[in-house]
Amino acid sequence: MRRMMLGAVILAAGVWGCGGSKGNASAGGSTGAVAQAGASGAGAAGPTGNATVSGVIHFTGTAPANPKIDMSQESACQSKYTTPPTDPQFVVADGKLGNVFVYVKSGLPAGATYPAPSTPVEIDQSGCLYHPRVFGVQVDQDIVIKNDDNVLHNIKAVPSINRGFNISQPSAGMTSKRKFSSPEVMVPLECNVHGWMHAWVGVLPHPFFATSGPDGSFSIKNLPAGTYTIEAWHEKLGTQTQTVTVGAGETKTADFTFSGPKA
Amino acid sequence: MGNFLSWMLPPGASTFVGDIDWIYYLILVVTGIAFVLVEVALIVFLVKYRKRPGRKATYVHGSTRAEIIWTSVTAVVVVVIGVLSAPAWDKIKGRNGVPPDAMPIEVHAKQFEWNITYPGADGKLGTTDDFTVRGQLHVPVDRPTVATLTSEDAIHSFFVPAFRIKQDAVPGMHIRVWFQPTKTGEYELGCAELCGLGHYRMRAVVTVHTQADYDRWVAQQAHSVAQR
Amino acid sequence: MATTATGTSSYTADHGHAHVDDRSFLRKYIFSTDHKIIGIQFLLMSLTFLLLGGTLAMVMRWQLGFPGKPLPGGTLLPETYTNNGVVLPEFYNAAVTMHGTFMVFFAIMPLLVGVFGNYLIPLKIGAPDMAFPRINMASFWTAVPAGLLMLAGFFVEGGSAAAGWTSYAPLSARSDLTGVHLGQIFWCLSLIILGLSSIMGSFNYITTVINLRAPGMNWFRLPLSIWALFVTACLVLLAIPVLSGAAILLLFDQTIGTHFFDPVAGGQPLLWQHLFWFFGHPEVYILILPGMGMASDIIANGARKPIFGYSSMVLAIIAIGFLGWGVWGHHMFQSGMNPTLGTTFMISTLLIAVPSAIKTFNWLGTIWQGNITFHVPMLHALAFVSMFVIGGLSGVFMAASPFDIYIHDTYFIVAHLHYVLFGGSLFAIFAAVTYWYPKMFGRMMNPFWGKVHFWLTLVFYNCTFFPMHQLGLHGHMRRIYDPTQYAFLREVQPVNVFISISAFCLFATQFIFAANFIVSWFKGEKAPMNPWLDNGLEWTVASPPPHGNFGATVPTVYRGPYEYSSPHSDQDYLPQNLPMPGAASAHPQPAGD
Repeated sequence: MRRMMLGAVILAAGVWGCGGSKGNASAGGSTGAVAQAGASGAGAAGPTGNATVSGVIHFTGTAPANPKIDMSQESACQSKYTTPPTDPQFVVADGKLGNVFVYVKSGLPAGATYPAPSTPVEIDQSGCLYHPRVFGVQVDQDIVIKNDDNVLHNIKAVPSINRGFNISQPSAGMTSKRKFSSPEVMVPLECNVHGWMHAWVGVLPHPFFATSGPDGSFSIKNLPAGTYTIEAWHEKLGTQTQTVTVGAGETKTADFTFSGPKA
Repeated sequence: MGNFLSWMLPPGASTFVGDIDWIYYLILVVTGIAFVLVEVALIVFLVKYRKRPGRKATYVHGSTRAEIIWTSVTAVVVVVIGVLSAPAWDKIKGRNGVPPDAMPIEVHAKQFEWNITYPGADGKLGTTDDFTVRGQLHVPVDRPTVATLTSEDAIHSFFVPAFRIKQDAVPGMHIRVWFQPTKTGEYELGCAELCGLGHYRMRAVVTVHTQADYDRWVAQQAHSVAQR
Repeated sequence: MATTATGTSSYTADHGHAHVDDRSFLRKYIFSTDHKIIGIQFLLMSLTFLLLGGTLAMVMRWQLGFPGKPLPGGTLLPETYTNNGVVLPEFYNAAVTMHGTFMVFFAIMPLLVGVFGNYLIPLKIGAPDMAFPRINMASFWTAVPAGLLMLAGFFVEGGSAAAGWTSYAPLSARSDLTGVHLGQIFWCLSLIILGLSSIMGSFNYITTVINLRAPGMNWFRLPLSIWALFVTACLVLLAIPVLSGAAILLLFDQTIGTHFFDPVAGGQPLLWQHLFWFFGHPEVYILILPGMGMASDIIANGARKPIFGYSSMVLAIIAIGFLGWGVWGHHMFQSGMNPTLGTTFMISTLLIAVPSAIKTFNWLGTIWQGNITFHVPMLHALAFVSMFVIGGLSGVFMAASPFDIYIHDTYFIVAHLHYVLFGGSLFAIFAAVTYWYPKMFGRMMNPFWGKVHFWLTLVFYNCTFFPMHQLGLHGHMRRIYDPTQYAFLREVQPVNVFISISAFCLFATQFIFAANFIVSWFKGEKAPMNPWLDNGLEWTVASPPPHGNFGATVPTVYRGPYEYSSPHSDQDYLPQNLPMPGAASAHPQPAGD
């Protein structure tokens, strides 16, 4: 019987050790550049190089209007907008598509590992929307979640491979840190207080990923020479892949074209 | 601090105020009398029969007559309270209590939002002019509204204190609850059943309009829906 | 206080029996089969959980009184509990859940049943020990891992259970709805294990009361505390398996993908509520009946007068034991169950007020024309009556189903249940602990600090819980992390501040009790055999009683336990085992008739 007790205590202490130690360090990252974070690869064990795959995401057809968000019950958020806020599902300008996650799906040497960079990636909740909406992190890289709204947000990750979480930040200025331990593209994030709030995070074992900017451009740098399958992912339009071969120091272009949903 | 020791119920704004509040005041008076009788007797006895030297307590083991009296009086009082309360329960929650002319709406609860679907101009749900609004309950005054409560995830509870109405929304069930507002104005709808970490913020604004204002609001909503 | 030995028969002191107690320390104090040691073990365990439950209540009161302000010491807590020291909603929900769970399952219930069921039953009926001493030991050592497992929830990823102590499904069944996975599983496992402990304890009590009564201790000479504990044990034996069964189903939903309570695959959330409250309402009486019984013993002693209406008191206990099974639906008036049932449950619920009223009137009858000594246990017992009355009367409001529509799940119910469980059960526990402390530890608790603790507790208790009625009448929902989110609740926020400050004072006051308890254990005045001049058999043996209680001679019982101020005695009490001098009617009756 005493052994049983002891077991319970050890169990408790053990799990505490595994799950509890998440510091509260403030984010020192730059919000704008987070999508490209991870390329620095300090002391990476896996191979890197100086090849680059870049390109532009084109959009054809008519983009559906982004739905209006009724924030009338959240004055703290609504006051941050001068025009009625919309849910930016389609970031389209001049036939270019933003918020497309582009990453190396395969082609890296088997067994190559890339340690997580110490710089965290930051996601900000501001005006009851996520900034950025689509981004990538490396496995075990810290994600700093920040609340800029003086209202409750909960951040619920609903992964299918990783362990999910569901945490809350009841007031402005709060930050929390979380990470994912397995590769998964994409892990959806949502806020249940504001049902319209969605974000997606691509968790990868390597630093070779990017998110297209509002001008549709993206760039994956520091690749070793090789042949890669590149995948582009959009929240509404699905995925596309193409194969690209780059030699050392080369820059190759890989453009993608998504077309609007059929009416 | 005005409500600190007030035994009055806050002002209400539905017909249920008339059905419910008097039951509260009746019970308040009955239990108030019982409370005062018991506590005063207790204190009087404690003072009067406190220990004094050379005195012995009276050696009695009880009184059958007293037992019969207080048992039957209590039983009669509680049964009367029950019998007087029963009609209001049937009217508010009974299966046949919903007035046939009530305006139907759908209240879909999810963590941590109230999504309310209105029947549009035709007054019927399930037609193309239905529209859904988050976090706002709009109803016309002096007309019964019947809400069909559903839930997407956990159990929530639809609670409008000013209407004296509360009903759980249970996933997998369609529960009808009705009410008839009597005063225009703004009130609050809250969730009364713990539903997770955002439970305390599962709030919506209730607006009671005159029928004309309500129709105008519906038209306006229909317009903005069409715009989307 | 007289120190004379009252039982003059041969077993009064230790020297009546020959065998020397040569048990090892481990056998004597840790893995003891002695019901008295087990009772004290339960006492120490449950008082610890009482303190933990109280601490969690302080966290809640901090957040409610001062929402969004950093909790003092909050930055020391893990980042999953507080952010910049501010209590997070998930921690608040965990505190709500674990406060209720600790208090109901690991404090009040073991304090009443585990402690006093164990300590009092053999001593009061004149038995050497429980019928099954080893099972009794197993009962305690099953409760300990259950408690540790429940506690372990705080240290695992996702934190402890956070779906309320009632664990309403599907919130409790689906970890994606709360972010709590392991904690919720621990909750179920812990209660299943604790259920085993309770079941072992209760059939032991039942067997002991039926079979081990001393000669002459017939059913109507049993003290009311024993009657109450006996009926409670019957309720535990019948109700706990329902909870265990429900918890097992919930555990399956959480772990192996069944959907008993989740409509996604055809389950029914209301099934959980029916099962939980079918257990839960008898549980309410498990939590109050022993207190009623022990308070009856103490009030008769303090009033120096026979208990008024002994038979109706017994009948009331039995009636509560039966009626308690037919009222669970009043927890579910607003749940969406068939409204026709509402009326049925309303009437049955109102009727259960009758036996409670009978008890109250009989307590009043007992002190009427008494000669009342206000010792500390008596003060607590009187507070029990006085507070229980408030809790009982406030129950009528909720029993009336139409008005329950308004106050269901508001602070009115929080006030009501705390008037029953704190004002009722806990005051009865304070009364019982201070009353039997000298017997348990052989030393007296300090009466001065006992009175200080009593009065401060009474005042702060009422300041804490009474205004909750007003909050409830204002529509203040329970389990709300931040009431200031609602405009109609911002008006009453000062009441929350007042309640919180009172609660802090109430909590602080309990350290007086803790200090008195601990210091008296080592430094208290040596207790005489019968410090309260009580008639019960436990007061005819040494304080503390030796292993085996009564030694070689089993006491013979000649009368009921409440023969205070009898004209047949020069003193104002007449112990149960004292043969009437020269009375012909003093023949002992065989037990069990």
